[in-house]
Amino acid sequence: MAVSSLRKSSPPGWKSTLGTISKISWPWRITIGYLSIMLLLPTAALFAKAATESPANFWKIATSPVALSAYDVTFVTSFIAALFNGVFGVLIAWVLVRYDFPFKRIIDAAIDLPFALPTSVAGLVLASVYSDNGWIGSLFAPLGIKIAFTRLGVGMAMVFISLPFVVRTLQPVLQEMEKEIEEAAWCLGASRWQTFWQVILPPLMPAILTGVALGFSRAVGEYGSVIIVSSGIPFKDLIAPVLIVQRLEQFDYSGATVIGTVLLVVSLLILLAINLLQAWGQRYAD
Amino acid sequence: MPTKLEQPAGHSFGVSQQDAPDQERAWVKFTLIGVALAYLGVVLFIPAVNVFYEAFKNGFGAFIANLTEPNFVHAIQLTVLIALIVVPLNTVFGLCAAWAIARHRFPGRAFVISILDVPFAVSPVVAGLMIVLLYGRNGWFGPFLQAEDIRIIFALPGMVLATAFVTMPFVAREVLPVLEEAGSDQEEAAKTLGASDWQIFWRVTLPNIRWGLLYGVILTNARAMGEFGAVTVVSGNIARKTQTLPLFVEEAYKQYQTQAAFSAAVLLAALALVTLVLKEILERKTRIRDAE
Repeated sequence: MAVSSLRKSSPPGWKSTLGTISKISWPWRITIGYLSIMLLLPTAALFAKAATESPANFWKIATSPVALSAYDVTFVTSFIAALFNGVFGVLIAWVLVRYDFPFKRIIDAAIDLPFALPTSVAGLVLASVYSDNGWIGSLFAPLGIKIAFTRLGVGMAMVFISLPFVVRTLQPVLQEMEKEIEEAAWCLGASRWQTFWQVILPPLMPAILTGVALGFSRAVGEYGSVIIVSSGIPFKDLIAPVLIVQRLEQFDYSGATVIGTVLLVVSLLILLAINLLQAWGQRYAD
Repeated sequence: MPTKLEQPAGHSFGVSQQDAPDQERAWVKFTLIGVALAYLGVVLFIPAVNVFYEAFKNGFGAFIANLTEPNFVHAIQLTVLIALIVVPLNTVFGLCAAWAIARHRFPGRAFVISILDVPFAVSPVVAGLMIVLLYGRNGWFGPFLQAEDIRIIFALPGMVLATAFVTMPFVAREVLPVLEEAGSDQEEAAKTLGASDWQIFWRVTLPNIRWGLLYGVILTNARAMGEFGAVTVVSGNIARKTQTLPLFVEEAYKQYQTQAAFSAAVLLAALALVTLVLKEILERKTRIRDAE
């Protein structure tokens, strides 16, 4: 819904823009041409293909039991992973900004590793570390907890790949926050706990929520690491992106398209939410 | 080591109470650092160390033997080839888009900026699916491409398109804020003095944005070489034909060739480490410039 209205409203905007800056149009021509071919055209192809399904059929495929269980694993697990990183991300950002300790610079730089590490490598490593005879998995195996090739493993992969988002969104905000306000609160007799909840946390909230939303968005779309660390069994640990690939492998293009459309619309809604959160944060900063 | 940040806090505490809060503060500090490091250790550091351990646990010879295997060599060549095509393409686009957005105010500007973010928000698998629906046998251009005997899906062009899609925003995203901060005063001054557009770009704009641009290019390259989801969907994953290094890692793992998988993984992890180091250097460069 959001997307179709966006697409309808964009051409007049483009045109008037082009009109006003026609003399310096080369960068614009390249930008618009490239965006159209690389981004708008493929998106249009997906929606056009989805539109060839009758609404009833679309609904039937989109809410089939396999699809529903895949959404459940994808969205619920992503959400839990994002929340996990929300809490620990705040803690890590706090520690990195406020305290000094040995190897801090290296640890700070290493936070971005999940961005830089190819997802299939992440999957391979997590599968090996969290398998029953892996470094961490072997500690849990005697307790009867299996991590790799279960939903828990999917969650660990999502925690890994979305780790940097909260830390990286929060760090600059924390850095700019003035310590005097906290100290004033202490001087006025606030307890440490009160200071945290009522003075420190509120201005950080937009950044924290933006980071959580970014992490959630990344986790929802994740494929590479999950395909390796999960078994891809329906109703167990099958995520929506893996389901799309399975459908494509069976040449079931309508099935892949319908689930792909659902996933795309959810991603665009999260993107919208992130934009609104960032606008909110900007207002807070002013 | 004594901390700079610690001192003002300790000082302000000292107003009413002398030692107790400082002690409590130290206790809180070490607990917080401990928990943060423990979390990072389990989630990040143990897995990172494990790549290198697994790759080299049978000695360096086994690693080298894997590296000379033909499938593997071809995967490296293809990965580098795709990056060599995609990185310049997205650099040109990113520069154009960033410049066009930074130097103009127009209705829907915020909307165009968020459109740039779409490839980050979309699942790579969905990106691959879109390309299949466009260029695949049953896609929009399918009949035309078949008549002309052009293969895009399950061939190099499709893999390039998929990689270009997922790495599209990096350069624009890094350059845009630098351009906005630099402002257009110098460019306008150059124009008044009679410089051509090219001269302005090479002598004024480019030097201003060079670190941001380089940073964007490095991120684009890292993602282009490491992309898995989108490339899987469009490549067909045929060894020695359409198999990139990340696909090789998965394939080898699924074939129970764990040693080969980890040897390839180590190369990709090394690429990630180089990316991180360069990123750190470039960030320091921009920070120094900010400070000036």
